[in-house]
Amino acid sequence: MILLLQYTLIFASVLLLVALGGCFSEHSGVINIGLEGIMVMGALGGALMMKFLPDSTPAFGVILLVVLAAIALGVVYSLLLAVAAINFKADQTLVGTAMNLLGTAAATVFVKAMNTAESVDNVSSTIQYINAKKAFLVNLGGFEFNWFMLLAALALVGSYVSLYKTRFGLRLMACGEHPQAADSVGINVYRMRYAGVLISGMLGGLGGIVYITAGVSEWKFENGVAGFGFLALAVMIFGQWKPTRIALAALLFGFCRALGNVYSGFDFLKALNLPAATYNMLPYIISLVVLAFTSKKSRAPKAEGVPYDKGQR
Amino acid sequence: MKQEKTSLLRNGAVQSLLASLLCIILGLVVGYIALLLINPAGANGAILAIVENFMTYSKSTAQLRYFGSTLVKTAPLLMCSLSVLFAYKVGLFNIGAAGQYVVGTGAALYCALGLKLPWFLCLIAAILAGAALGAISGLLKAYCNVNEVISCIMLNWISLYAVNMLLTLVKEETSPYTFTLSSTNEGAILPSLGLGALFSKNQYVGLAIPLAILTAVLVWVLLEKTKLGYELKATGCNKFAAKYCGMRERKNLILTMAISGGLAGMGAAMLFLSGFEQWQCTQSAVPAMGFNGIAAAFLGGLNPIGAIFSSYFIQHITNGGAYVDKTMYSSQISDFISALIIYLCGFVLFFKTALNAWLNRRDEKKAEKGGGGK
Repeated sequence: MILLLQYTLIFASVLLLVALGGCFSEHSGVINIGLEGIMVMGALGGALMMKFLPDSTPAFGVILLVVLAAIALGVVYSLLLAVAAINFKADQTLVGTAMNLLGTAAATVFVKAMNTAESVDNVSSTIQYINAKKAFLVNLGGFEFNWFMLLAALALVGSYVSLYKTRFGLRLMACGEHPQAADSVGINVYRMRYAGVLISGMLGGLGGIVYITAGVSEWKFENGVAGFGFLALAVMIFGQWKPTRIALAALLFGFCRALGNVYSGFDFLKALNLPAATYNMLPYIISLVVLAFTSKKSRAPKAEGVPYDKGQR
Repeated sequence: MKQEKTSLLRNGAVQSLLASLLCIILGLVVGYIALLLINPAGANGAILAIVENFMTYSKSTAQLRYFGSTLVKTAPLLMCSLSVLFAYKVGLFNIGAAGQYVVGTGAALYCALGLKLPWFLCLIAAILAGAALGAISGLLKAYCNVNEVISCIMLNWISLYAVNMLLTLVKEETSPYTFTLSSTNEGAILPSLGLGALFSKNQYVGLAIPLAILTAVLVWVLLEKTKLGYELKATGCNKFAAKYCGMRERKNLILTMAISGGLAGMGAAMLFLSGFEQWQCTQSAVPAMGFNGIAAAFLGGLNPIGAIFSSYFIQHITNGGAYVDKTMYSSQISDFISALIIYLCGFVLFFKTALNAWLNRRDEKKAEKGGGGK
């Protein structure tokens, strides 16, 4: 039971962080399908930092540096989307898809090259971080508390406040609803969209490192992040682009995902004898059904996916 | 003479070709730089290996054989790219080609291995499965206003898990792979039509390749030369206008997604019914084939005939990745290059606008000069 709670919370943290990232990007008017690729890059940054930090680094230092590395790589990678979608008016779905493929391919090529350089026989794409990972965990009587859970909660509060209570957030959302109107009152739409995409890079990268440290202590980068970026996209839509609802959706989807990992520990679920894949499928099916019923009055930002052209009326 | 050159540059097809070539060259250059950064010593050899692919073999029989293998995988890729471009022409982004490809695989392999059906029924089952999945996205879009990109992404993952479960029923006991067709049901293997013999007895080469090319031509005819194609494209441009003109815009949307899905499903059957590969039932990611189809569609300038060449090119470099020196690089470098090329395809529109603006400016200047001379 405790294990289920623990997995639910950690998976929900991942989904929450990444979905909030997507939420910022979409509110600014840029669809971010590339979250999966951004997560891979963030995971790569964090994993490298954990690998190369000396064992004597204090726990707080490890957390700080790993988080910073993941964020830095995520932000840099999201620039690819920002430049293409904002300055060059590229098709955002196309660029996002390319980023997903590119993220996994680039990370695999890099990690394999690094591993082979260390020893010629090692052609795997795996990074290990058994020791460094311990810095994130605090054991509270059987429940492994992960500092990232707190971080995700902070991100939720931060997102809510910045989106709804600050000038920046309200302006950002204006750019996703009606960029021409926003521009007419002196808001720099391009700059706002950059901000939205880069914040999504930041949160996406962070989500990446949280995901690969959830439960395992090594990661094979050939696998990317196994669809979690897309799941986060589902969470965002399920949450109707609103931070608080996104948090609830993240908990629900995290719970489904956690069930897939630990269902064999429950007698009545084991008796159902469903394969683990059923639980993995569940969140996608739920969100598809919900989408079918709610999309008529969808709260999606109106101008998302449309490149902003100053000359257009 | 100069006048002619200008008009040639203004030709849409020429611009698309130029843009695609530019994407390819830039993609290869960045890939080369990545290789240089990893290990400067072998970078030249590695990029050559990728571009040469089967031509690295000195014997012509071996060359032909591996050329055949590249073609075997080009057929499904071409089908996926046709699927993507068909939907795109009608204003829909079919990111679900990947999922439709997966259910196509599931249907084809289950019919072949589980139900022991002959190949043409397996092929039809795959087409129907893909079409059904596509139609779900179409229905959701038409009646529930669900964005097709989102529903397709959900369906991609649902179909991956579902097909993994289905094909576990027909998998080998000791491995995660499905049974081979040659051991279980030879009647399900696509006929070779004597084509295999042309490629140094590569038994996987067969019906799939001519069928894929024929489909490409049919898609072009359907889109450009028929009333249905015109209606579909009109719906894509503006569904309200199409409705006003008496077209049934909802039916058109669903039909488009169904055709598009059928194409991707057929592509899956073309690969898996050749016996070239087995499905791995523990697969944790949606196969890249459908996403590469997006690359091929855009690289081919969203033209069915262009897609034939771009699909071949992408498959060519992907296969070429297997020949890089493994002590220095990994074969994923070619995935890296093709991903870069897709990314660069995003800039094609900008490239065309910039080129046209430049041409306009040049013409204006020329006109000014001409005016001043008089």
